[in-house]
Amino acid sequence: MSAATGRPLFDAPIVKRALSEAFTKLTPRHQARNPVMFTVFVGSALTTLIAARDLFTGVPGVGVTLQLAAWLWFTVLFANFAEAMAEGRGKAQADAMRKSQTQTFARRLINPNDRMLFDTVNATELMKGDVVLCVAGDIIPRDAEAIQGVASVDESAITGESAPVIREAGGDRSALTGGTKVLSDWLVLRVTANPGESFLDRMIALVEGAVRQKTPNEIALTILLAGMTIIFILAVATLQPMAAYSNAPASVPVLVALTVCLIPTTIGGLLSAIGIAGMDRLIQQNVIATSGRAVEAAGDVNTLLLDKTGTITLGNRQATKFHVLPGITEQQLADRAQLASLADETPEGRSIVILAKEQYNLRGRELTGAAGNPDDVKFVAFTAETRMSGVDTPAGELRKGAADAVVTWVRTHGGVLPDALGATVDAIAREGATPLVVAERSEGVARILGVIELRDVVKGGIRERFERLRAMGIRTVMITGDNPLTAAAIAREAGVDDFLAEARPEDKLALIRREQAGGRLVAMTGDGTNDAPALAQADVGVAMNSGTNAAKEAGNMVDLDSNPTKLIEIVEIGKQLLMTRGALTTFSISNDVAKYFAIIPAMFVGAFPALAALNIMRLHSPSSAILSSVIFNALIIVALIPLALRGVQYRPMGAAVILRRNLVVYGLGGLLVPFVGIKIVDVLLVALHLV
Amino acid sequence: MTLLGWSQIVVFALLLLALTPPVGAYLLRTFDGRFTWLGWLERPLYRAAGVNPADGQDWREYTVAVLIFSLVGTLVTYAGLRAQALLPLNPQALPGVVPRQAFETAISFATNTNWQSYVGETTMSYLSQMVQLTFHNFVSAATGLGVALALTRGIARRKDPQAPAARATVGNFWVDLVRGTLYVLLPASVILALIFVSQGVIQNFAPALEATTLEGAKQLIAMGPVASQEAIKQLGTNGGGFFNANSAHPFENPTPLSNWFQMLAIFILPAGITWTFGRMVRQPKHGWSLWTAMMLLFVVGAGIAYSAEAHGNPVHAARGVDIVASATQSGGNMEGKEVRFGIAASTLFATITTDASCGAVNAMHDSFTAIGGLVPLVNMQLGEVIFGGVGAGLYGILVMVVITVFIAGLMVGRTPEYLGKRIRSREIRMAMLYALVFPMVILPLTALALARPEGLAGLNNAGPHGLSEILYAFTSATANNGSAFAGLTGGTTFYNTLLGLAMLAGRFAMIVPAMALAGFLAEQEPSPETAGTFPVRGPLFVFLLIGVILIVGALTFFPALALGPIVEHLLTATGRLF
Repeated sequence: MSAATGRPLFDAPIVKRALSEAFTKLTPRHQARNPVMFTVFVGSALTTLIAARDLFTGVPGVGVTLQLAAWLWFTVLFANFAEAMAEGRGKAQADAMRKSQTQTFARRLINPNDRMLFDTVNATELMKGDVVLCVAGDIIPRDAEAIQGVASVDESAITGESAPVIREAGGDRSALTGGTKVLSDWLVLRVTANPGESFLDRMIALVEGAVRQKTPNEIALTILLAGMTIIFILAVATLQPMAAYSNAPASVPVLVALTVCLIPTTIGGLLSAIGIAGMDRLIQQNVIATSGRAVEAAGDVNTLLLDKTGTITLGNRQATKFHVLPGITEQQLADRAQLASLADETPEGRSIVILAKEQYNLRGRELTGAAGNPDDVKFVAFTAETRMSGVDTPAGELRKGAADAVVTWVRTHGGVLPDALGATVDAIAREGATPLVVAERSEGVARILGVIELRDVVKGGIRERFERLRAMGIRTVMITGDNPLTAAAIAREAGVDDFLAEARPEDKLALIRREQAGGRLVAMTGDGTNDAPALAQADVGVAMNSGTNAAKEAGNMVDLDSNPTKLIEIVEIGKQLLMTRGALTTFSISNDVAKYFAIIPAMFVGAFPALAALNIMRLHSPSSAILSSVIFNALIIVALIPLALRGVQYRPMGAAVILRRNLVVYGLGGLLVPFVGIKIVDVLLVALHLV
Repeated sequence: MTLLGWSQIVVFALLLLALTPPVGAYLLRTFDGRFTWLGWLERPLYRAAGVNPADGQDWREYTVAVLIFSLVGTLVTYAGLRAQALLPLNPQALPGVVPRQAFETAISFATNTNWQSYVGETTMSYLSQMVQLTFHNFVSAATGLGVALALTRGIARRKDPQAPAARATVGNFWVDLVRGTLYVLLPASVILALIFVSQGVIQNFAPALEATTLEGAKQLIAMGPVASQEAIKQLGTNGGGFFNANSAHPFENPTPLSNWFQMLAIFILPAGITWTFGRMVRQPKHGWSLWTAMMLLFVVGAGIAYSAEAHGNPVHAARGVDIVASATQSGGNMEGKEVRFGIAASTLFATITTDASCGAVNAMHDSFTAIGGLVPLVNMQLGEVIFGGVGAGLYGILVMVVITVFIAGLMVGRTPEYLGKRIRSREIRMAMLYALVFPMVILPLTALALARPEGLAGLNNAGPHGLSEILYAFTSATANNGSAFAGLTGGTTFYNTLLGLAMLAGRFAMIVPAMALAGFLAEQEPSPETAGTFPVRGPLFVFLLIGVILIVGALTFFPALALGPIVEHLLTATGRLF
């Protein structure tokens, strides 16, 4: 897990900005987006008018009405503040990004093939398709694709990662992001975005929430909350005629207070903050989601498609063991294997040298001929045709490579195959490893020395993560180009649920479609252009920032750290977002029970003194009961802002366990907390002589 | 309270447990078409109506069929009641039913409410009772079954791999209607009617008997085909009695044994269909979870009502009246109850009839203590989901399940889904529209009646009890229950009209969103169940479902209840009566 770029929850500048925004959001237009808070808004205005009238006409008890009006306004302000806080964190991030968009100049090539001929233009004038040259020290003027050259680039402005990355023309590492800096060498780039449409522009817009739209689940939840709001408005509005019939008519501010306490203001006030904070948590993980919809979908994912290399295993295959054949000692085999690999710069070759050094204490040597003349030594590089590599020295020839290739080589050079070879090779292959046969030819006759076992090394702790995912009900599928045998062995070792072997891009796409046809949601990561169709098809497609622009366009998230394992964190953040919404909804609705017990007896105890029996909190007086309920209702929003921003605590467990835990905390808690809270506020109000 | 009293509740629950699987299995075989033993009767019906039973309907077609069928039935009944005097089987030569009452009664029976603002024996001819009203007793119950099955099919539906683009059908209303009536309601009614006759329920076409009382006064004793109507009255959770006194009348419900058969008949189909549902959605345990939630709510209600009535009225005790149960008296509050049933069987009946939107009564709920009367009222306000009306109980609780899954489902960190079908905005919109009907109809109409002189004119009692009477009337009508709190003169233009409209809203304004929900769910391909799926079975789910039903229902009506039965109860404790 990459360390979150930590910013404290209540950062002073953010709080300051949020405080002022809480007031600027106090417009009917802004409030109308949220039916729950709009109701509170209207109620506050109504109560204020009545308080003003009472103040003017000198009605006794106007002090309580004024306080009610004030606290109703606070309820709206607190909700605004929560939203502004959530937005503020994104805005701070956006400001930091915007700083990297300083005025730059670009060398626009007049002829793409001539690096010497360019005119210097302002970066903002560049259009899609222009070709520019960037040399060491230049800021990349816009999103672009390298068409010539290779350079190291500092992408810390985007990723926060200070280590430079290599960018080169052609292949999957050709994408460049505007605002990053060339550290060495040069690149010729073709601009791929028009002004204002670059990746950085879009990121800034996203983190600022300028293009934020309500997500599907947010809309559904808003409908539920609006429905509940209507129910409670009806319950309170019809209460007045009933109260009049019972000779106990209530005042409008009291009816407003009852309505506001009953409608789900806690979740209503925090709903948008929860959504924004979810996006923000992703940004803290250096993942940019192009829509809130994608974050939500991440919580629903049933199947994770993970590339083997880099995600499940550590890069390339490594030599893990030497298997000797009769008549050779391990020491001899290790020595010959190392010798054959010294000049082999492939990761496999290097791993053989390292294994020989670590296990047999063989040090790397200078390769020399018999007379100490390095020219006598000839390296034989691997080719797809020979499928062998090795070294020729005056003392003899060494070869290592695929079993059938080496066997043919030995046979042609008069060698005899040891009986044990077939069994050894088969045993290694069966376990999913790759056998590499080592042979030598001295004095004209070739013989097989032994077999090197190359194996994928599964990342530490990955098995446990997959077990956690399984507990959450998520299936993991490993995607690999390996043959089925090898894939099965690694799948077994890593603990994935399934694998797709010998996978071509179209196989990946077909697998995603198959999973989706079964009603499953699929998440995957990808970086290459040929991943783009699959990334677009997946419900959650996380493109690596190091990948091509095509991949980034196709996916709905971009991981700036280019760490495919992060898919797991993304899923967790999605789940946490949905859980937070559910928890606060449950909490909000459960709260109503206590509020009824506070307000109903207070409203009617005058007409029916026997109703005092329902005042189980033993609140001081009717006005203190109503006021404390409203105050509690307002303060609980503030108290829950940290929870809304941080999200409820998430542990990967089965749904039943999570549900039981959250129900106890937020359901039962929601039932009990207001009884205590309202009582405390009531005691304080009395102590401060406010009622 | 007596051991015998409590054991009646327990025995009833156990009997229902034993009867649920066989009845559920019977329903399953009826509606999946495996039963064909009445095919000789069924096929000609389809031919005559030009219906191809193999044709599926999507939710819109199904809903339109339900609405047209109910509308035509209502109009025919209205005309029949108005023209009663011209029709045969009218030995008492009763005149045509007045328009306001015919309007309300036609709606009342077509909506499975069976609210009666008339006195049956002096208003309805035998033909009206048997043809106009009993017809609706059958088909309104079958309609409810159909809607429940359509919703079930919507939940259970999977795409046909051979025809993935096929229309999302939810069954065929005409087939459901015919099969529900022919295979389920008719045979069961025949058997039950014979059992009732064996207990002394009358069944004849004789004119009223004239008897001379001991004091020498002349008395008319009403007669009629009672047993046949009695059976479907309970089985179809209709509740419209032949006589005004309903199941308290000795000709309708003569013995404790007939009383038991009536109580079981009310619950048997609503309980059985939970089993059928569980099988149809391939989750038998989920069906049992619904049953358990319903049963727990029922047992608690019955226990509270029984305990309140057995404790009796504290005002009586304070005056030195002996209200303790003993060998010589039942004790407690016997006002408005039949001696042959006693307190336990009366409160049990009251709980069952209001849980199940039946509305038959064997005791006067108006005479119950405040808490004893609160239980039937709350039972209805919870949405008639405690077993509920035939079919209506199932689709009602399924909507509550959708809301439960939506609220709590988020807490497991997934977009809420129910049996693999996602609860998105359009599904939750329909669920909320359904849930809004009760508060939108009951509360404003109650408030209106309390604020208008026409509304208050009907009251026989003042204070909180009067409020309870009006609240009960509108609750009963909207919930399509039909039981009356009594004490309210409902036979006025004001009440006939408003109650009739409340019944319409409580039936069709709820069926349409329930059917839309069925359609939306049917269109979705379910996602497979995993360890991360919200569990819809087991104690936790049952507890959660009960919690949501109670919170949504109770929170909506708590303010009204506080000014009605709750304050009445508290005032009774201080010695005031209403």
